[in-house]
Amino acid sequence: MNEIIESVKNLSIGFNSQKGKQISILRNVSTNIKKGETVGIVGESGSGKSTLALAMMGYIKQGLFPLKGKCLFKSEDLLKMSSRQLEKIRGRKIAMIPQNAGQALTPNLKIGYQIDEALKLHTDLNKKERDKKISELLNKVRLPSPETMAFRYPHELSGGQQQRVAVAMALAGKPDLLLLDEPTTGLDVTTQAHVLELLRFIAKDTGTSMIYVSHDLGAIAQVSDRIVVMYAGEIVLEGPARKILKEPIHPYTYGLLKSIPKLSLAGLPASMPGSQPQPGSINEGCSFYDRCNLATDHCKKNSPDLEYIKELDTNVRCFNHKELINQNNNLQTSITKKSNNSEAIEVLKLKDVSISYAKQKFFDQLLNKISDQNPTVKDINIDIKKGETIALVGESGSGKSTILKSIAGLLKTKDGQIKFEKDRILSSDLKKRNPNDLRAIQLIFQNPDESLNPNHTVEQILSQPLKLYFNLSGDELKKNIIDLLKKVRLGEFYMSRYPRQLSGGEKQRVAVARAFAAKPDIILCDEVTSALDVSVQAAVLNLLQQLKEDLGTTYVFVSHDLAVVRAISDRVAVLYQGRLCEIGPSQNVYKFPSHPYTEVLLGAVLEPDPDIKPKLVAEDIVEEKPPEKGCSFQGRCPRKIGDICNSEVPPWQIGENGNAIRCHINIDELASLQQ
Amino acid sequence: MESNLITEDKQKNKLEKAFEILKTMASRPSGLIGLAIVLFHVVLALISPYIAPYDYKAISPNTMLLAPSAEHWFGTDSLGRDVFTRTILGGRTALTVTFFGSLIALLWGGLLGIFCGLVGGKIDDVVMRVVDAFLSIPWILAMLLIVSLLGTSTEVLIPALGFFYGKGIVRVARAATHDVIAKDFIVSARARGHSNMSIIWNEIIPNVRDAILVEGAMRWSWMLLGFSSLSFLGFGVSPPTPDWGLMISNARGLMSFAYWSVIAPIVGLSSLIIGINLTADAFAKALGIDRSTKAPV
Repeated sequence: MNEIIESVKNLSIGFNSQKGKQISILRNVSTNIKKGETVGIVGESGSGKSTLALAMMGYIKQGLFPLKGKCLFKSEDLLKMSSRQLEKIRGRKIAMIPQNAGQALTPNLKIGYQIDEALKLHTDLNKKERDKKISELLNKVRLPSPETMAFRYPHELSGGQQQRVAVAMALAGKPDLLLLDEPTTGLDVTTQAHVLELLRFIAKDTGTSMIYVSHDLGAIAQVSDRIVVMYAGEIVLEGPARKILKEPIHPYTYGLLKSIPKLSLAGLPASMPGSQPQPGSINEGCSFYDRCNLATDHCKKNSPDLEYIKELDTNVRCFNHKELINQNNNLQTSITKKSNNSEAIEVLKLKDVSISYAKQKFFDQLLNKISDQNPTVKDINIDIKKGETIALVGESGSGKSTILKSIAGLLKTKDGQIKFEKDRILSSDLKKRNPNDLRAIQLIFQNPDESLNPNHTVEQILSQPLKLYFNLSGDELKKNIIDLLKKVRLGEFYMSRYPRQLSGGEKQRVAVARAFAAKPDIILCDEVTSALDVSVQAAVLNLLQQLKEDLGTTYVFVSHDLAVVRAISDRVAVLYQGRLCEIGPSQNVYKFPSHPYTEVLLGAVLEPDPDIKPKLVAEDIVEEKPPEKGCSFQGRCPRKIGDICNSEVPPWQIGENGNAIRCHINIDELASLQQ
Repeated sequence: MESNLITEDKQKNKLEKAFEILKTMASRPSGLIGLAIVLFHVVLALISPYIAPYDYKAISPNTMLLAPSAEHWFGTDSLGRDVFTRTILGGRTALTVTFFGSLIALLWGGLLGIFCGLVGGKIDDVVMRVVDAFLSIPWILAMLLIVSLLGTSTEVLIPALGFFYGKGIVRVARAATHDVIAKDFIVSARARGHSNMSIIWNEIIPNVRDAILVEGAMRWSWMLLGFSSLSFLGFGVSPPTPDWGLMISNARGLMSFAYWSVIAPIVGLSSLIIGINLTADAFAKALGIDRSTKAPV
């Protein structure tokens, strides 16, 4: 059982900079993978975790080269092998599951054929045996009706199913080691939980060792036996999963765990200051020195080595780790939000809003109406009060972003009204809105790489709204820009920078500053933190909360991440297939009784705690279209009671703690069922 | 005072940027050769009237069809004119006409393409079909018609060539705009309520400029060939103005025994076209549009 399958010894990988300097992005990494063990490699973007994982299958990206060290797979150095020798190992001994299976599968070949190809390459079975093996493999990854599945094309499967096919293909060669590079990152929460559960099962069932690379400690916690934490190309902490997650003795890991929003905690997670150093920028001392609150002068000059702590069975790279143990810090704390004393003034009201993506027929175009009986978003009624943060939650396809676009005037509504301030109807056509209404509603986007013009400096980016709405110019414009940058905690010198010269968090701060430049009443946040690293996410959440407390802005916050929503929002609306399921104060939505869909979502949340396992109560099938009649959640509901769910739209019921639930089951009964 | 400093800083930055791009272009041998050829032709076109050894239109029956010698480096043509003189002068009209022609093509093609890409819908459909219709007309026939109606002066040739070579740029500009238009910063500008003009100017042009410029540079070399073809057919520059296309046309009957009078203009024309092509390629690579070489990471 303790046989070592692969061992990495003092591996450094780097590249030559344009000035001819050798810059290493992996530094002196050593670790062992034992048989049957699942090792989670975790770190933020740029920490070198993918480079390490790829090196473990003897692959080094173009432009990079090994500086020193070895990657021994069963005592053979993968980095010294010829590509012929590697071919024999890859797929048969070491298999890989990519991040995006949708892109890794060939789009114009059937699933069965693609698995057959893998079998042909890696086994000596004949045609009949292979056919049997294909349905066996598909069965193993729990795809429904594997026989028909083999005749489908990749685009006919959902994201979760595609990922399962990728797992089946990787298993085709019966590998000893399975490499997973962020395999669940692009998936919905419920699908992610299902895929992780499958992986855990396969690890146990086949005895395959796994290397699981992810930025998500929640996912890592669910599958790993051992965890390796990477920072700036070094291993900073390595040990048994439980010890790492419960008693992190490295300040980075500690900070990382603190910055993850948790379901059990209201309030904002603590953020870590600063950001990861660029490769090649550290010459001496500890790479975490700048961001560490335990750092001493000793850390500045000397870089710590990995030190083995016997009682914890853990390797740690820190001089002061004992202090962290002694501090006996509690991970279960958070920053409490100032409760907003909302004066209950309605600022935005969605009344019976329906939105359809259906193409207008010629006749309807003439009559200027949309005839779609089953629109993407239907019957949305939400009143938003001044100064509150309301969150729209749901999986992909739930219509949350669609609603946001309609509020912004980017998408026409089919029916219903959007009222702003005192019952003033906002036109759903952007061009018909008056400039003051346009100013009052601002958007922040998910990905700052896309939402900031790459050819504009920060100054130009921020001056756009200031010029447009307030006609500022010259010194006044400049003063305003500096003020805005100060508000989002960025210095004046950022003005002349281009987005590409900023880190992810800094870019999102600029995007936040641009939204606030308009002095808006409402800010629409579309998944604003999901493209960011966790420590940065916590910082952006804290910033948004701070700005709201100072300026009294109202947020409409769209997210798929229930923990993030828990941290920032006052009220939560849960959406499924464009229909509201539940709405209420956030502390109540996270308590039972709740709508069966909310229950499913809450059950699927991955917490960075090996003791909290996700509860999988519903299938992760994907429904393409909302049902024509009845409850929107009828297709997947674990608590479906019968025909009434298929035929009648459920009524709203108000629970005793103030959240409204749309379900046929009596709310008290629901409460007792969910105990 | 302070704001002045900032604008100065920016201008310097732009100059620096241009210099940087030139440096990157010259860092590859093909780019260096291309730049050198283009520079040579431009300098030659500027100074040739002052260094030409003979009068380009001096006809002399005594010096008909002389082979290259110390006096006449490239020999003489059928009318006894010095081929060297006519060759170094022969690129001037072509360069001027096609340079300004390309600018016109860039302007109208680029702007129309960006506009169509941005507004989309019916306007886009109609405009693009009209452009397609023009693409289906053999341009040389249309040019012949225009030239025979309006004459062969540069005032006619520049806009006419600019018009016919701009159609292709419309497509490129429209495609480049489509790449940008889906990005969130455009959606953001729209949601703020900026006008279409402001979106084109502030958000789109900085992002599609490079692609359109490279396309324009490519069109320049094509236009040069097109212009020379017109001259070859007798519809470009009127004699006795020296022009490569015209020279090739006049001397081609005598190719079997007076090859020099046809080789010199051919070398002039093709070297310029090759030079422009190499430069355009290097330009695209320096701007990062053509990624046929592997990324540095």
